Amino acid sequence: MTVLTLALLVAGGSFCAGLLGALTGLGGGIIVVPMLTLLFHVDLRYAIGASLVSVIATSSGAAAAYVREGYTNVRIGIFLEVATTIGALIGAALAGLIPTGALSVLFGVVLLYTAYRSGKRHDDHPVEGPPDPWSVRLRLASTYPTPNGLVAYDVVRVPAGFAIMFLAGCLSALLGIGSGVVKVLAMDQTMRLPFKVSTTTSNFMIGVTAAASAGVYLHRGYIDPTLAFPVMIGVLCGALLGARILGGARVLWLRRIFTVVIVVLAFEMLYKGARGLL
Amino acid sequence: MSRPTVPPEPGAPLEGRGVPVERGISEHQLEMLIGRLLQVGVLLAGAVVLAGGLALLVHHGGSAANFSVFNGEPSTLSTLSGVISGAWHLHPAQVVQFGLILLIATPVARVAFTLVAFWVQRDRFYVGVTALVLVLLLYGLLWGRG
Repeated sequence: MTVLTLALLVAGGSFCAGLLGALTGLGGGIIVVPMLTLLFHVDLRYAIGASLVSVIATSSGAAAAYVREGYTNVRIGIFLEVATTIGALIGAALAGLIPTGALSVLFGVVLLYTAYRSGKRHDDHPVEGPPDPWSVRLRLASTYPTPNGLVAYDVVRVPAGFAIMFLAGCLSALLGIGSGVVKVLAMDQTMRLPFKVSTTTSNFMIGVTAAASAGVYLHRGYIDPTLAFPVMIGVLCGALLGARILGGARVLWLRRIFTVVIVVLAFEMLYKGARGLL
Repeated sequence: MSRPTVPPEPGAPLEGRGVPVERGISEHQLEMLIGRLLQVGVLLAGAVVLAGGLALLVHHGGSAANFSVFNGEPSTLSTLSGVISGAWHLHPAQVVQFGLILLIATPVARVAFTLVAFWVQRDRFYVGVTALVLVLLLYGLLWGRG
């Protein structure tokens, strides 16, 4: 395959990944690495480098739209970024020591978890009872806009959320993904933030977390211009178009199809990783 | 700014619960400005990557692509000095890498702006927290070899 053919095919595939990721709200980064490794036989390390770059592009590109909605909690975001950036730097340091087969298996597990979460409904669980002492000390409580005006919210289990964020940072660096699904788990499920606040704050954090490890990978030679160029442009164009088509609502059937794709890729990554084929 | 007057933040009665005290420009307006700058940063990085990438395809589009074996990039493509000097001479691959560095720097710039925002609000604790994140990011970008 020539460089030109590969660039065109990878750009097309990345465009679809970005579009689907934006339309379903699951993020396109999660299928860029499986696409590159399984379809185009790219080494996992080059694939991770290219994918991280596309994660930064989509996260930062979407930031303006998210900020306009007024949901992002900057204090929570920046506080938890201490955990994600430390996690990302440690993950990037570990990545060189872990065999690619094991990384591929880990990727399969994260894909399966993403598919599992995508089928779940998101209900808000307002915090009841006395405020969390950490939340008071760190001044994490805030308000968010709803159809009925501004609603105040508080957070709980701050140390547990911080620990999960560390894990999210590690996974982001190890696998070249935004790991938004783990970030939402920490904020939505554990710290009990309103769903809209946790997704928008998560988007704020994803770009910062990915930037921490992308710098390390650039120095380590994981980021190849011939590969990162079509991935970045493709995913960015797909994500921007997806955001334009859809003003917030998610298409249910598209989400189901994407979930099936993710499950198939998960088993493929598990199988190839376990057999040492990647 | 489309809203010259700063509206009283509806969360003001909650001040004691941690809603910031407004000084001049509101926190939301500042965030909007930062969001715009991020978008501009991404589009600028995208334009540089696209220009370099197209030139790369014109020069090397016909050569064989093989990424199945990891060799690592040479220092001309993996160090800041190598990339910048190559991009200065308009070598396509280094122009792409330079665009990618601009892209990586975009969220770093956002954290720097957040630091300024907390500074303006005289929120010493969060100035410290944000500075820590900024140092970690700069470490990864400037010296990180893992």
